[in-house]
Amino acid sequence: MIYLKLIATYLLIGLFGFGGGYAMLSLIERMIVGPGWITEQNFTDIVAISQMTPGPIGINSATYIGYVAPQTNGFPQWWWGILGSLACTVTIIIPSFVLVRRTSHFMARHRESEYIRGAFAGLRPVVVGLIASAALLLMNSANFGSTTGDVCISVGICAAALAIQLFTKLHPIVTICLAGFAGWLIF
Amino acid sequence: MFVTFLKIGAFTFGGGWAMISIIEREVVTRHHWLGKEEFLDLLAVSQSLPGILAINIAVAVGDRIRGRAGCYACAAGTMLPSFVIILAIAAFLTPEAITGNATLSAIFKGIRPAVVALIIAPVINAAKAAHLNMVTVWIPVIVALAIWSSIPVISNPILWIVIAIVAGIMHLKGYFKLNRKGGDRQ
Repeated sequence: MIYLKLIATYLLIGLFGFGGGYAMLSLIERMIVGPGWITEQNFTDIVAISQMTPGPIGINSATYIGYVAPQTNGFPQWWWGILGSLACTVTIIIPSFVLVRRTSHFMARHRESEYIRGAFAGLRPVVVGLIASAALLLMNSANFGSTTGDVCISVGICAAALAIQLFTKLHPIVTICLAGFAGWLIF
Repeated sequence: MFVTFLKIGAFTFGGGWAMISIIEREVVTRHHWLGKEEFLDLLAVSQSLPGILAINIAVAVGDRIRGRAGCYACAAGTMLPSFVIILAIAAFLTPEAITGNATLSAIFKGIRPAVVALIIAPVINAAKAAHLNMVTVWIPVIVALAIWSSIPVISNPILWIVIAIVAGIMHLKGYFKLNRKGGDRQ
């Protein structure tokens, strides 16, 4: 059932979500988008809107996915959506409460220990791979179109947006707005 | 405390690091709830735990100031604005609303490739920060391709996170050697 799936996914994200919001996207992709609970396009749109609204991307996308997923899986009324939002948002932060309150003294004392330094040395390159896999998973026909013309335009927009992100100091929100404007002009 | 974190949640765009500097200003400079050193210690711990960084730091700060009630107040304050704003948007911007409206669907067709670019950019930045060399550069490549492939088990990100932690510890303990510190699976 969709609610159990959402709760299980977000508990795991809360427990294994190292490396920030983008690294968590690959987990969401694999557990919720892959099995078809929400479509690829919905997911990309949700990531875009989570970027543009205030607050952490992890919380924003959890609330949004929690709202959309029940509605596209046989629970069409709005209250089911709100229940899903609540379930996802609460379960993603439960591990934070437990871990921060129970382990912070231990972590503070052993921050220099070999185990913790080793774990982070190992995580650092893998987090790069996690974020890269999220990007790879999103490069599909749902997001880039299926006709040659659409794909060319989409790749152009993607390259332009990447250049803006890497070489200018513009905020991601501005980049998304520019891309939306380009889409409105072209398509 | 609830109101302070409510403001932080409502007015910071971009999450994570953008929030940290604002939390520091509110908690340390304005309200003098914590000393700067104390805040930085809490930040270091919050960073090393999994989960959403902004929530971790809110829980840590709330717990330090007022115990159980404090951490609930701070975490609730941080997430409430997101929750309300996203619900308001989600109620109107449903998947059907996007596909059913020609203008909206054109706008989102332009936005989707840009979202991919917004995720590629942090890959490059994180790769620089990880100081990869000719050997360790293969770690993210292998991990990304494995997760991307739809092979069961191999494509599960959690598997790679666990391997990273175990391999990182084993490497530091000297069980195998790489040119530089880093996890490896072979």
